Amino acid sequence: MSHWKPNTTIETLKCRARLLSIARQFFQDNHYLEVDTPCLSQSTTPDPNIESFSSRFNHTYYFLHTSPEFPMKRLLASGSGAIYQICKVFRQGEAGRYHNPEFTLIEWYQPGMHYRELMEQLDELVRLLLKDKLTLTKSILLTYQQAFEKFAGINPHTANRQQLQTVISKNNIQLHNEILTHDAYLDLIMSCLIQPALPKGKPVFIYDYPTTQAALATIRKGEVDVAERFELFINGVELANGYQELLNANEQKARFENENKQRLAAGQQIIPVDEHLIAALQQGMPMTSGVALGFDRLLMLATGKNTLQDVIAFSIDKA
Amino acid sequence: MANYSTNEFRSGLKIMLDNDPCSIIENEFVKPGKGQAFNRVKIRNLKTGRVLERTFKSGESVEAADVLETEMEYSYTDGSSWTFMDPETYEQVSADETAVGDAMKWLVEQETYTITLWNDNPISVSAPNHVILTIIETDPGVRGDTSGGGGKPATCNTGAVVRVPLFIDEGEKIKVDTRTSEYVGRVKD
Repeated sequence: MSHWKPNTTIETLKCRARLLSIARQFFQDNHYLEVDTPCLSQSTTPDPNIESFSSRFNHTYYFLHTSPEFPMKRLLASGSGAIYQICKVFRQGEAGRYHNPEFTLIEWYQPGMHYRELMEQLDELVRLLLKDKLTLTKSILLTYQQAFEKFAGINPHTANRQQLQTVISKNNIQLHNEILTHDAYLDLIMSCLIQPALPKGKPVFIYDYPTTQAALATIRKGEVDVAERFELFINGVELANGYQELLNANEQKARFENENKQRLAAGQQIIPVDEHLIAALQQGMPMTSGVALGFDRLLMLATGKNTLQDVIAFSIDKA
Repeated sequence: MANYSTNEFRSGLKIMLDNDPCSIIENEFVKPGKGQAFNRVKIRNLKTGRVLERTFKSGESVEAADVLETEMEYSYTDGSSWTFMDPETYEQVSADETAVGDAMKWLVEQETYTITLWNDNPISVSAPNHVILTIIETDPGVRGDTSGGGGKPATCNTGAVVRVPLFIDEGEKIKVDTRTSEYVGRVKD
């Protein structure tokens, strides 16, 4: 096979173009403004599980964005109203069947919309995009806790290390290094046990995550505090991640600083806090929910392909 | 010895695991968008041939295994070790019974085998797909029967027992598929 040639068929390229145009029409019909924010930024996410690429402009250090979230929130705080963006984002070290270090995200924010309503809007969009290929049945909604109880038999909020390890070893997963953080155990169980067991042929929404996995979502106090965050899975593939967006500038700053502490402890690079975002939140961002949809993975489902490389013309090994 | 990080993992990479040299068969990267990444890896232990699965936290590293695969000719045995020779350098290595393993019954002098060396010591021997053996014991040949059906057991010069067609006689040479232990055909000198 010739290495210079694309991984994709021309049919797949046409499907990609068609779906992008359907998505743009959907956002236009729902009165979203298409925006374009920079790929290069002096700050990035300090999330210890996401590594950014970096480069220099003259003598200043810049990161390639891992999502357009921070500048889009600065637009929301400036009174943009509902906005969406379709862009390439970049994540260091991520390559595999469902990963390519650069990939296409569709990200949107609707001020005034609650995250549970946004889940419905996302459901509508993915059905629209997949309708020629998949007839999806009624969606399922599970809280993070329900998903763990149903498919792993444990309560993710209260399980101790012993219980987490038992679930993993009972399912024949042998870790090279047994010692993981509580969240890493949960991530492993989610990726390797729950995701493959989720019902197929329908959107599955998992929502209300542990507060330790809140990322940029608000935390709702209750019997068990949870983060108002959701993810969408179809046929076991993680497609989208959304939040009831955190509005509190001080809490946002504290979370970034906490993430940098985790980075320091793990020997990772410290990320300068995005002061523009903090300033925007201080000035005030309207109550909003937002979500990011992995477009290439959606295209995989829409074309019936098995790997992300089948839908990206030139994946990293050919780039 | 060097270390490999999980992001260098690919099939065929030789690593040390549980003090044994291993070869990666399959490497799957799994990661939730906002969570910990893992590499789920299928690995073959090169000493035992056993396949195992291991899950690494992405970014962890493991020691590289000094493993080399080389083509060598089988020379002779003294009963406890089996000597192979590099046909170009005449360098010799001696493999023990464990390393020779299943290849034992396909060892023919001057035939070429793939020897896996770990720290310069042979740890496994694989036979070529086909070898030529001489029948040393079998029931007398039945002339005229060329159907190939049924067949009979034949003991070869290497000790291997192969089912051959009824017309094959003692002293004849046959070609055998080492992967299936099946008779492929008669070889005329």
